[in-house]
Amino acid sequence: MTRWRLWVPLLLFAGFVGLAGYMLTRPKDEFVESRMVGKELPYFALRPAMAERPGLASADLGTGKPRLLNIFASWCLPCIAEARQLEILAAQGVEIDGIAIRDRPEDVAAFLARHGNPYRRIGADDLSEVQLAIGSSGVPETFVIDGQGRIAYQHIGDIRAEHVPMLLEKLAEAGS
Amino acid sequence: MIAELGLAALWLAAALAALQLVCGALATHAGEGHDLALLTRPAAILQGGLAAFSFAMLVWVFAITDLSVKLVAANSHAMKPLVFKLAGAWGNHEGSMLLWVTVMALAGVLIAAVERRLPERTMQATLAAQGFVALGFYAFLLLSSNPFERLPIPAAEGMGLNPLLQDLGLAFHPPTLYFGYVGLSVAFSFAVGALVTRQVTPEFARAMRPWVLGAWVFLTLGITAGSYWAYYELGWGGWWFWDPVENASLMPWLAATALLHSAGVLAARDALRAWTIMLGVVAFSMSMLGTFLVRSGILTSVHAFAVDPERGSFILALLAIYIGGALLLFALRAGTVAEGERFAVASREGALVVNNVMLSAVLAIVLLGTLYPLLTEAFDVRVSVGPPYFNPVGAIFVVPMLLVMAVGPLLRWRQDSLGRVNREIALVAALILAALVLVSIVGEVSLLPLIGLSLAGGLAVASLLPLRGRTLRRVPLATWGMVAAHFGIAMALFGMASDSAFTKERLAALEPGQSAEAGPWRVTLDRVEPVAGPNWTALQASLSASYKGGEPIVLTPQARSFWAPPQQTTESALATRWNGQLYAVIGQEAGRGRWQIRLWWKPFVTWIWLGGMLVALGGVLALIGRVLADLKRRSVTRRAGARRAEARALIAEPAE
Repeated sequence: MTRWRLWVPLLLFAGFVGLAGYMLTRPKDEFVESRMVGKELPYFALRPAMAERPGLASADLGTGKPRLLNIFASWCLPCIAEARQLEILAAQGVEIDGIAIRDRPEDVAAFLARHGNPYRRIGADDLSEVQLAIGSSGVPETFVIDGQGRIAYQHIGDIRAEHVPMLLEKLAEAGS
Repeated sequence: MIAELGLAALWLAAALAALQLVCGALATHAGEGHDLALLTRPAAILQGGLAAFSFAMLVWVFAITDLSVKLVAANSHAMKPLVFKLAGAWGNHEGSMLLWVTVMALAGVLIAAVERRLPERTMQATLAAQGFVALGFYAFLLLSSNPFERLPIPAAEGMGLNPLLQDLGLAFHPPTLYFGYVGLSVAFSFAVGALVTRQVTPEFARAMRPWVLGAWVFLTLGITAGSYWAYYELGWGGWWFWDPVENASLMPWLAATALLHSAGVLAARDALRAWTIMLGVVAFSMSMLGTFLVRSGILTSVHAFAVDPERGSFILALLAIYIGGALLLFALRAGTVAEGERFAVASREGALVVNNVMLSAVLAIVLLGTLYPLLTEAFDVRVSVGPPYFNPVGAIFVVPMLLVMAVGPLLRWRQDSLGRVNREIALVAALILAALVLVSIVGEVSLLPLIGLSLAGGLAVASLLPLRGRTLRRVPLATWGMVAAHFGIAMALFGMASDSAFTKERLAALEPGQSAEAGPWRVTLDRVEPVAGPNWTALQASLSASYKGGEPIVLTPQARSFWAPPQQTTESALATRWNGQLYAVIGQEAGRGRWQIRLWWKPFVTWIWLGGMLVALGGVLALIGRVLADLKRRSVTRRAGARRAEARALIAEPAE
């Protein structure tokens, strides 16, 4: 065997490490988009997540007017960050319902007392059943539900200030 | 307190791995008789003890469900059955890495305490290499995946009550593969040690071989079990999907198979020195590469919560250091390792070289197919590589390899002529040709299964030929192992080819009372009814299946719905006969009281896994044979030594 051939494995390996390193540093689409977008909500009926608001059932959502369905939890930090934006949306007349994931009533109440309560109804999803059924993989996520109870749009991650106009637009589209 | 004890033991073990590395390296550098050399073995032994202690502490916190430990809170639950609590200790990233280093450290104990054949300098280098590899994994655990991390506030209840993961198969399948990977890491350390001291000798191959054999047995079992699990659990009737995770376990197996054979040549004939070293490095590289691909999430785009880019970078860094380092050492040193013995093309070595080249080619094909999506994704093209690539391209090399496998064991070492074994070759060739003609007359079979079926028959006979003309009681265990493993390959090949050639699939919409036929089976749907389990409800079909009009067997396939998390699974129902399996799955309701029933008659499909188990059994036989022979040789040398000492004592005593 000639000497240079002994270097071939190392060179091939270096090529692999370069490629893998490059791919690791590249941002990936990390979000799982719901396959339910465009489809009707599955049937569910959740008990109230706190004393002051009624629970949430799928029948409450297809009422003729587009609304937001916000998936949140009191233990979720980005949910605190988006609370302000939800308040702004609610102040503009957007009807928002919430689903609290794996939460306790007293924690939900404390969370909403501290960060504001924009919700009309809040259902408690103790085992993430409804969350998974509508195709959400994490908290927070926000769905635009049209007047017929179909999922029109899915927003993954917290709602930042720059997302508010976009969400209003999506709501208007869903209403037309 | 328990968790802190475990963590402290882990830090101490890491420190000892560093000590093992430094002492081993200095002793190797200084040559024979360096004082530090005395520390290397005790360091390795103590390190093993500490790692085992640390792992035991982890199992303990899982057993008592200590919810102030983050890992327990995330992966366990007070209500879980105890066996799944214990299995939960390694059923996650951190715990499985700890299991990995523990097994590796215990392997180190075994080498340090038992291995006495190699020259001391090579041993020191080997232990240093082992310490170096272990150190990287300790660093990984301690710096980025600490299994003993505490929560600031203990969790009220654990998160891990996922019913789908409460499966005994899933609990014990990953550790099986791990034992295989770790065995290869030992082979890697041996290879690096021998490369450092340039002492690539038959003794080195004999010392390394049991580790390769053991690793290979575990990998074979792991792959076989994984394939069967996918077959009955996924409900698609397939048994291999060329999925990256499957490939990640297949690639080390291919490399280990090649290494096993080349180590055999080195041990018996002192040839293929550089090549064996190279394979030792490659085999472990493939297990680390597999771990990297699965853990970093670089190939399967799982969502962000499960994948940690930091972890991926860490494993990549370890990969670069160890594999890159070993390959660099190889490039610098392999040219100076004295060339081994020469041999003729028509000889046992020649056949084994062909086997090695072919196995390496298959390995390269699988590796390329697995990494190709990664390469194209760098240019923003998403592709998925599947069976249409792997099957035919792999077959180009597998078929000639199997032909050589039929003949190779019949050849003599060093020099032989094919003429000497022409009767055997003619027999095998005639069998293959006869099967080829027979199968193509009987039915329309596509090319690959046709080749597979005809090869399998010839191979099965050929694998028994090494036993001809020998007193069976005196055949060494290792030879029995080879015969069993080669026969197992023929069996598995037959199962695979038969499954793809003769499977009868039937999708029928049946009302209760109606029946459908699949191959020789007549299946009647008796009723569909709801049933409930501890955490699921299911629709269960009752089918009466009768083979060629015989006594009907009741099959109950289910479509299960789990509540938490909501998930649908299909529970297939199987009727196993010696000549195949009937595979039944219940599908959707088809309207007007009818149900979709999917039936497969898969002739000889079980032979795939029976063959796989036979291959593993062959490995076990060979391992036992080698170890026993080694022990015997040892006691003989010891006795001879004692006799010599006695004789010397007699001479030294002054005659009166």
